Amino acid sequence: MATGFATKRLSKELSKIHGNLPPGITLVSAEGFQEWLLDIQVLDSNPLYMNQTYRLKFKFSPSYPIEPPEVTFVSSPDRPIPMHPHIYSNGIICLDLLGQQGWSPVQNVESVCMSLQSMLTGNTKNERPEGDANFVANNRRRPRDIDFYYHDNTV
Amino acid sequence: MDSDDDFMSGMSSDEDDVLQDESDNDDGSVDDFGFDEPEPDLGFSQKDVVQKKKSFDVNFKVYHPEDIQAQQDDLINEVNMILDIRKEDAAILLRHFRWNKERLIEDYMDRPKKVLEDAGLGPNVAGPPKLEVIPGFMCDICCEDEPGLQSFAMKCGHRYCVNCYRQYLNQKIKEEGEAARIQCPQDGCKRIMDAKSLDLLVESDLQQRYHELLMRTFVEDKEYLKWCPAPDCQNAIECGIKKKDLDKVVPTVTCDCKHRFCFGCILADHQPAPCDLVKKWLKKCADDSETANWISANTKECPKCNSTIEKNGGCNHMTCRKCKHEFCWMCMGLWSEHGTSWYNCNRFEEKSGSEARDAQAKSRVSLERYLHYYNRYANHEQSAKLDKDIYQKTEKKMIQLQTASGMSWIEVQYLNSASQALQICRQTLKWTYAFAFYLARNNLTAMFEDNQKDLEMAVEALSEMFEKPVQELADPKLKVEIMDKTSYCTKRRLILLADTADNLANGVWSWSISF
Repeated sequence: MATGFATKRLSKELSKIHGNLPPGITLVSAEGFQEWLLDIQVLDSNPLYMNQTYRLKFKFSPSYPIEPPEVTFVSSPDRPIPMHPHIYSNGIICLDLLGQQGWSPVQNVESVCMSLQSMLTGNTKNERPEGDANFVANNRRRPRDIDFYYHDNTV
Repeated sequence: MDSDDDFMSGMSSDEDDVLQDESDNDDGSVDDFGFDEPEPDLGFSQKDVVQKKKSFDVNFKVYHPEDIQAQQDDLINEVNMILDIRKEDAAILLRHFRWNKERLIEDYMDRPKKVLEDAGLGPNVAGPPKLEVIPGFMCDICCEDEPGLQSFAMKCGHRYCVNCYRQYLNQKIKEEGEAARIQCPQDGCKRIMDAKSLDLLVESDLQQRYHELLMRTFVEDKEYLKWCPAPDCQNAIECGIKKKDLDKVVPTVTCDCKHRFCFGCILADHQPAPCDLVKKWLKKCADDSETANWISANTKECPKCNSTIEKNGGCNHMTCRKCKHEFCWMCMGLWSEHGTSWYNCNRFEEKSGSEARDAQAKSRVSLERYLHYYNRYANHEQSAKLDKDIYQKTEKKMIQLQTASGMSWIEVQYLNSASQALQICRQTLKWTYAFAFYLARNNLTAMFEDNQKDLEMAVEALSEMFEKPVQELADPKLKVEIMDKTSYCTKRRLILLADTADNLANGVWSWSISF
């Protein structure tokens, strides 16, 4: 029953996505309702992200959208992890709207992609979060279980 | 006969009654040497005599769950009458103002609209909450749009189907432990779920959990209230000692469940050592173990509510989950003071390197000194456990003794008293060593050590008598000796505590290592 919950919602989202997506966002694959891949690009002329495409992985739990999806950047030869002080080099994103406290069930895949686009657009720092190496080496947790998120309205 | 009875009662039930009469103890410096009660002889009948308040005692009051509920209800009713608003709204407003009724009323009188807005109550429309079926409605969460779908909206008008609302509330209450500040599911809407709407939407087991959580926030929101930390104890303690006074007083309180703990830091009674010293000492003692190393390397305490926080990702801007305090992980200062330097905390980095190296070097030098105190501290902890074991063995023999020698139950209770005195004195002694570790050498310290020595000798002597075989314990002469020694220990402990508490209150201790 709980599965039906997420499924219904995701199939609605999918049909909307197939219709049209905002510029710079493309659906790569949506096989089933557990994991989707999307590509995003930063459209303005921010030198940090120009002419690059980044791949996002969405993982949905059966209680999506009550619970936030797990969203990470995934890397492949032509899909790097974007440089950003809130994005770890293993692709984990530190953004309040992806945490339990910042998430709202009316958010959706499209709105998350757009938020990430604008998070990149507004950034000027070519750096990783503090303690990146240590975090990447030691973190065994899933992003949703990480407690603290950055709250900075300016980025 | 009951020399310890007096002593024990001084520690527990009588204490709050007696202490309620005097409220001027904040400076802790009243009547320095008021030990007129535990006479070393037996049979004194001072039970009815009002005990004089000791300088190391604090005023406190124990609240049972129903008292806590009643307190909340009283406040809600008062605000309900004064401001003429619904009770549910009054409750939300009070929680928003962390139960500070005066500030709520004042602010509400000045700017009612803003107060309602901030508390998530928004513009008020009359009418009780109800479920509705709206033609053509589609739920934004599950995208369901079948006809006859029951939906619900709070005053903000953001409408979702009942099923989604239930799922959402279930998630918030069960998984996240949230109650007082559950917001509307709409992104950015600050409207807060009220108890009446909640009761309409969810099953009784969730309602119950919700009300439990609300109760918990009431106690946690109040600076003067704390939960008794004993397992399964549901009581809360009220004590007027403020956080800033903790360097001057050690507020040990006793719950009705008999658990003695420090109101300042919730740890078990650690008189005479002040909380900061205890915290530092415990951290130091734990340094050897890997776990402790990990904790000190990876966690810090929230500067406001002391919750232990592990930073496991993200930047320096921390928001405490429990009290929502915002601070900087690097310098532990207020986040709001950082302005735009949101990523690097430069205020700290300038000195940090050299300070860290200095601290390292110092700790090596002082290791030996530390071990001296630690061994004694640990010894008393260990001995207290052993004394307890021996008592449990003795208790069995006491029963045998009763049948063999014809002594009555009441006649063997002196062993019980002795055991309790030993426990409590060892608890104090244990902490005197932590305390002494931080003291600088001077006359006051020498006096302190004399007191410590007296108490320790008395305790060891009692402990030795206590270990005697049961046959000897039955000897009336030894019995008298044990009773004498028991009240002597108690008296030495009171003297030591009063002395340290007075000096602490007057700020005359000088420390070798700051804490």
